[in-house]
Amino acid sequence: MPGKLKVKIVAGRHLPVMDRASDLTDAFVEVKFGNTTFKTDVYLKSLNPQWNSEWFKFEVDDEDLQDEPLQITVLDHDTYSANDAIGKVYIDIDPLLYSEAATVISGWFPIYDTIHGIRGEINVVVKVDLFNDLNRFRQSSCGVKFFCTTSIPKCYRAVIIHGFVEELVVNEDPEYQWIDRIRTPRASNEARQRLISLMSGELQRKIGLKVLEMRGNAVVGYLQCFDLEGESGLVVRAIGTACTLDKLSSPAAFLPACNSPSKEMKEIPFNEDPNPNTHSSGPSTPLKNQTYSFSPSKSYSRQSSSSDTDLSLTPKTGMGSGSAGKEGGPFKALLRQQTQSALEQREFPFFTLTAFPPGFLVHVGGVVSARSVKLLDRIHNPDEPETRDAWWAEIRQEIKSHAKALGCHAVVGYSESTSICEEVCILSASGTAAVLNPRFLQDGTVEGCLEQRLEENLPAGCGFCHIPYDELNMPFPAHLTYCYNCRKQKVPDVLFTTIDLPMDAAVIGKGCLIQARLCRLKKKAQAEANATAISNLLPFMEYEVHTQLMNKLKLKGMNALFGLRIQISVGENMLMGLASATGVYLAALPTPGGIQIAGKTPNDGSYEQHISHMQKKINDTIAKNKELYEINPPEISEEIIGSPIPEPRQRSRLLRSQSESSDEVTELDLSHGKKDAFVLEIDDTDAMEDVHSLLTDVPPPSGFYSCNTEIMPGINNWTSEIQMFTSVRVIRLSSLNLTNQALNKNFNDLCENLLKSLYFKLRSMIPCCLCHVNFTVSLPEDELIQVTVTAVAITFDKNQALQTTKTHAEKSLQRASTDNEELLQFPLELCSDALPSHPFPPAKEHLESASSNSGIPAAQRAVTVEKASPVGEGNFRNRSSPPCANSTVGVVKMTPLSFIPGAKITKYLGIINMFFIRETTSLREEGGVSGFLHAFIAEVFAMVRAHVAALGGNAVVSYIMKQCVFMENPNKNQAQCLINVSGDAVVFVRESELEVVSTQQPAANCQPSCTGGEVTT
Amino acid sequence: MTSELDIFVGNTTLIDEDVYRLWLDGYSGLWGTVCGCRFGGAVVLDGRAGRARMSDAVALRVRSGILEQTGATAAVLQSDTMDHYRTFQMLERLLHAPPKLLHQLIFQIPPSRQALLIERYYAFDEAFVREVLGKKLSKGTKKDLDDISTKTGITLKSCRRQFDNFKRVFKVVEEMRGSLVDNIQQHFLLSDRLARDYAAIVFFANNRFETGKKKLQYLSFGDFAFCAELMIQNWTLGAVGEAPTDPDPQADDMDMDLDKEFLQDLKELKVLVADKDLLDLHKSLVCTALRGKLGVFSEMEANFKNLSRGLVNVAAKLTHNKDVRDLFVDLVEKFVEPCRSDHWPLNDVRLFLNQYSASVHSLDGFRHQALWDRYMGTLRGCLLRLCHD
Repeated sequence: MPGKLKVKIVAGRHLPVMDRASDLTDAFVEVKFGNTTFKTDVYLKSLNPQWNSEWFKFEVDDEDLQDEPLQITVLDHDTYSANDAIGKVYIDIDPLLYSEAATVISGWFPIYDTIHGIRGEINVVVKVDLFNDLNRFRQSSCGVKFFCTTSIPKCYRAVIIHGFVEELVVNEDPEYQWIDRIRTPRASNEARQRLISLMSGELQRKIGLKVLEMRGNAVVGYLQCFDLEGESGLVVRAIGTACTLDKLSSPAAFLPACNSPSKEMKEIPFNEDPNPNTHSSGPSTPLKNQTYSFSPSKSYSRQSSSSDTDLSLTPKTGMGSGSAGKEGGPFKALLRQQTQSALEQREFPFFTLTAFPPGFLVHVGGVVSARSVKLLDRIHNPDEPETRDAWWAEIRQEIKSHAKALGCHAVVGYSESTSICEEVCILSASGTAAVLNPRFLQDGTVEGCLEQRLEENLPAGCGFCHIPYDELNMPFPAHLTYCYNCRKQKVPDVLFTTIDLPMDAAVIGKGCLIQARLCRLKKKAQAEANATAISNLLPFMEYEVHTQLMNKLKLKGMNALFGLRIQISVGENMLMGLASATGVYLAALPTPGGIQIAGKTPNDGSYEQHISHMQKKINDTIAKNKELYEINPPEISEEIIGSPIPEPRQRSRLLRSQSESSDEVTELDLSHGKKDAFVLEIDDTDAMEDVHSLLTDVPPPSGFYSCNTEIMPGINNWTSEIQMFTSVRVIRLSSLNLTNQALNKNFNDLCENLLKSLYFKLRSMIPCCLCHVNFTVSLPEDELIQVTVTAVAITFDKNQALQTTKTHAEKSLQRASTDNEELLQFPLELCSDALPSHPFPPAKEHLESASSNSGIPAAQRAVTVEKASPVGEGNFRNRSSPPCANSTVGVVKMTPLSFIPGAKITKYLGIINMFFIRETTSLREEGGVSGFLHAFIAEVFAMVRAHVAALGGNAVVSYIMKQCVFMENPNKNQAQCLINVSGDAVVFVRESELEVVSTQQPAANCQPSCTGGEVTT
Repeated sequence: MTSELDIFVGNTTLIDEDVYRLWLDGYSGLWGTVCGCRFGGAVVLDGRAGRARMSDAVALRVRSGILEQTGATAAVLQSDTMDHYRTFQMLERLLHAPPKLLHQLIFQIPPSRQALLIERYYAFDEAFVREVLGKKLSKGTKKDLDDISTKTGITLKSCRRQFDNFKRVFKVVEEMRGSLVDNIQQHFLLSDRLARDYAAIVFFANNRFETGKKKLQYLSFGDFAFCAELMIQNWTLGAVGEAPTDPDPQADDMDMDLDKEFLQDLKELKVLVADKDLLDLHKSLVCTALRGKLGVFSEMEANFKNLSRGLVNVAAKLTHNKDVRDLFVDLVEKFVEPCRSDHWPLNDVRLFLNQYSASVHSLDGFRHQALWDRYMGTLRGCLLRLCHD
């Protein structure tokens, strides 16, 4: 009996009227945990009952504490008939189970009913007394901390990063059980909510056990997902990165550690091999693009999966794990081997992190991804979810082998997803192949410290760009050059990754959101035929998505993508592909060439003219974009760079492997091109469309930037105003004569219009940046496309850039210290190198401040000011900017980012992982589908905020809406929606409150002056 | 391609003041389609209807030049408008009981915005309030809103909101004791100014003062509100202060109802005009004092008896509910109009009224000085306010 859960029901307010006669309610509360239930007295005739109950005590195993949610039901007492339920509150008590998190849950919770939504609030106090558990066979994992944040949480230090943990549990979906036919929708929804809550708890506990086994104490980058497989069941799966974290008591505590002189080197090779003739040894083969792989055709058959897994356990590409020996350079190999040994103990050297402690990430190879199409089958035995496990194991194996093919031993920024339509399921996994520094991966802090000095000598801004694979034995040919930053190592001409931009990366200009959008019609088919059709379509989709991304990247004049996320969704009669990423110009990579259009019939004069017209348009766009994003790399003469490395072919190919026979490598042309220019051949109307669609993407209005990564490269003077939002759109396609082109256009318009709407709505926040823009697309029904976007708009201060040179340095230092990042204390190395005129970190700021001021002339600024004001929202800002200063107690911020601008996170209170179902049988009365979903999402936000507030927090970071499944039946006036959200509850303190930082002063001063202008207009 | 569903939800609820105004003014967010609504009466938007056409609200926003300023398209504007309209409809239920808006958890709205939402929601149009001021806030009146809407050019929806606001405030404070303004402020969180206006509206509705007659048309709501405030301060039970010598303090509401006893007593003033000597003496006192000071002295002298009779008779009649209702009609007929026809300057009116009230203290035979002051003090203020064109 290792735990005692204590619950007190204090009061209720704003209850609904349950008795029409008196317009009042006789409410009482049932408190249930596991199989024990307590009841409060009935509080007669009040909409604001004061129960003030005794403490209800539950004596329970800690295993139950982890699995079970506390269930609070508010009912209306009825003497003659059954008591009517008003609504429920589920409280996850997990945050109370680890010592550093919350100690008490206390506050007002919205009372939620799946049919009526929120109906009043209830004030509850929950406490847990944990007893020390000496049981060695423990099934619980109390004490393991979970974080959704995909980087090392701000007030912790990573001692060891152990690696990948995963688990999945399956069950029958209550919605599909026979009993569902006779119970009410409410009962069915509640059964589902409860089951999922239980399953999440169980999953978390099991993952926790694995972490304890690995001797870790935390899971970072915890991502839990639901697969609603319909008839075949319900799968809850999670992945994460096990770590051993140390709480930082104060920044000073760790500083000595990283400055410690006892650092030694395992990696001298990096610093000692600058002589150019060590090509063969270098970690230096540039990579043009990522490896895609599918295991399409085979895996839909039900029985095949387990045997396949066995097959794929052995590396198949021939370029994989064995390569270390081949690769010459002994130092290199040493590093390799070491890293490898650290990693190879793990089945999957995967990391769900997207941002890393400095020095952790050595090289980045490129994006690796794998997809597989499966046919769903009923899960017969929920206790042994082998089939699903095997499916994922297979995919992960494939990812692992692709990473090896890129000369990498690890995959970072790793994520998994599914798309389900009827009985077909596409499993996808993707990540970024990388070479990691072993110091974080092993026990023994001595070694860890030893390594550090090395890093300091590494060119900080470009090291990760250097190719990790063997140049002479490239997995696929790519165009390599010497790094434009350090001139010593080789880099690819384009780099795609799924991670965030490393803090220390040298970037020129600002970044921008780049999306590739694609639809493909597919014949309706059943079962295996359907799966085959999908498998056959997938490679083409990937190819086109990639081409689009590449084109758009070039059009923006940029050379790298971060945070790349490719989502392929399956519907009855089509497939949708949506890729989002943040394009940037990495200083280390070569300047991208332009795009050249080539016509097919060169003799036709008018056609020729048309082509040249298009070409001009494209060139203009590139030039405009360069200006817009302030991309003006320093001119470097060819001599410095040295002669281009001889290239066998200057084309990149798609490495495509079939899981069954992966020795056979099919090659697909991914890019057409000569050395510089990217040639688009316009040989049919399709291609024409493509070019047109390239040019239809309109840049955001002035004053707006957008990215899907955590931070926007090139902007760092964030002010504290943030606005997180979710926007959902569903369009119905006209069913007649759908063509791929029409579909593409519709889809493109949908996304573009959505973005335009966002810019319009948030115009009062200008200048601002939409960060972590997360698009998800789904095909809920025939002819319906649903796009859901969650992002956060953060204001930044344009004027402050002037004075930031110093303050920014301070800030970054501050941030570095809070983050436990030794960061750029060694930038000298890199600037002393090739670019004396641009010493990096400081120079970059100069550049920014100069350009951000000159880039937007005063007149234009005035225009944006005017834009904001007519709507009267200038006032809004005026009034709402103070809240940061006098923020009232109740405000809870939500953000998909891992930090809150202008604030310091002082405490993590535990993860929030909530699942809600809302159903209505009076859709029209609730305002149609839009009214219904609008209200529901607002309610979900409210419930998240309430839980955070009850934990004592004032913000949710790394917030994500993982699922938003919307179904409607307008004919029956019904709709149902399922939403799953998660994030980390935290306590933050404004930096201005922490200490009167001088940097805040200018911000405060200029704010009134510019808003003042608005008000007068 | 039609949009089935299109929503935007922010963690901090976005409030666009201009759209809020359009919504309050009752402009439809969507052309044509009017559906039922669980939030009471307002129009609910259904995403799939009338997408292509532009709603009134959107058309008005377009006219404001917002498209040019922001470079947005009409479709973006439509979508934005609908989002706001939906938000407002969800908020409306809370606005009906403003303290709920402060404590609710669903919408995270900064306090200053909350105040703005409430204040604007309870704001009313001068033209509208003039139509219903003093009328019983009943179903019957509500049925007339159609006509009022046509007459004033205010949309029916807006009329309904304003009417329902009046009625709601009335219902809540009706049974309450204590200061009317304080009660309103406490339960509806209105600004002081607006709370006073509502106090006037409630007071007028409760006493059913006639304000709609043609000869009263020249008066603004402000004029009536001014009078209401004076009357609440001096003529109601609450005005007597902490003097519940009344054995049954529950009988009347403190601030809403006129002090019955006081009205009853007003009959006693009749002697001022009934007793010829007293009337003559009163007249001579006033005339002596004002001689040479009044531009319209001769007119005043000629009219004194009529005016005095008018004012005293108004007082004497206040025992009857019917006559209470006609108070303003009577005041205008008996005093304002005679003055106006003789072109009395406002300053003369003031001098006259001051002297007229003060002189009574010198009338030895008159014993109801306190009563007279309570009556005339308020009436003087009211009359001065009513005397304009």
